[in-house]
Amino acid sequence: MATKTKKFLLVTPSESDFLDIIRDFVGKIARSAGFSDDYVSKIQLSVDEACTNVIRHAYLGMKQKDIEIRVELNAKKLVVSVVDRGRGFKPESKHVDDMEAYLSEYRKGGLGLHLIKLLMDEVQFSIHPNKMNIITLVKYLDDKQTLGTKRNRKSILEKPHARKR
Amino acid sequence: MSEFSVHRKDMDEISVLNLDGYLDAHTAPSFEESLKQLVDEGRFKIIVNCDKLAYISSAGLGVFMGYIEDVRANNGDIKMSNMSEKVFKIFDLLGFPSLYEIVDEEGEAVDKFSNINS
Repeated sequence: MATKTKKFLLVTPSESDFLDIIRDFVGKIARSAGFSDDYVSKIQLSVDEACTNVIRHAYLGMKQKDIEIRVELNAKKLVVSVVDRGRGFKPESKHVDDMEAYLSEYRKGGLGLHLIKLLMDEVQFSIHPNKMNIITLVKYLDDKQTLGTKRNRKSILEKPHARKR
Repeated sequence: MSEFSVHRKDMDEISVLNLDGYLDAHTAPSFEESLKQLVDEGRFKIIVNCDKLAYISSAGLGVFMGYIEDVRANNGDIKMSNMSEKVFKIFDLLGFPSLYEIVDEEGEAVDKFSNINS
């Protein structure tokens, strides 16, 4: 039976104080979808990094701007879009292509995007400075990523009220 | 708000920073201040005990990167110990074990500093 895509939305001020709320938000959705603890952690860290980039680089530390965290979940994948209306950036400018050189030169910064690319299955950018910037993170629900939790995944995706008992 | 604290313990030349909680962009300045304090005091033999560290993001990793060069230039080091598998995976993913000494127990890190001195 095909399952409908479920959508979730969290809007927070652009302050690092709320990173834990963001992590809890995506973590609970990922866990309910059946992702293993290891993959829930990867998704949480990736979204944290994306939001930290928005706070530091898109809004340059300005508080009271909005960050939107949009989550879409279906039987195949979890998609998290982090949306801001800040100054944007060129994704290629933040690329860390040689981690060994990075470490040996004691460089700082730029690790967030590198981590996201290592942790997620797909990463997409839509950059329109001062209009709307979106980084979209995708994690697929395959057997490896839901190891030991497939029963839970089924109950959440196919029986929406199962957890209310 | 993420919960995080740093507890410092000095043992002769060695200082241990015990990290507790969630190290992210919000709490990294607290950790950075603790490291800066040690460097300002000329204490360069540093062990970061991660036993109670539940989470680390790149903001936390960046703090280590920010001080390692200065510390080593003064014949010191930042060694890490008691790391959970979850936290170690992040360090390992980025290749940090090639740059930092990460040991199972705090005592091993103390011994490694002591062996250098003897």
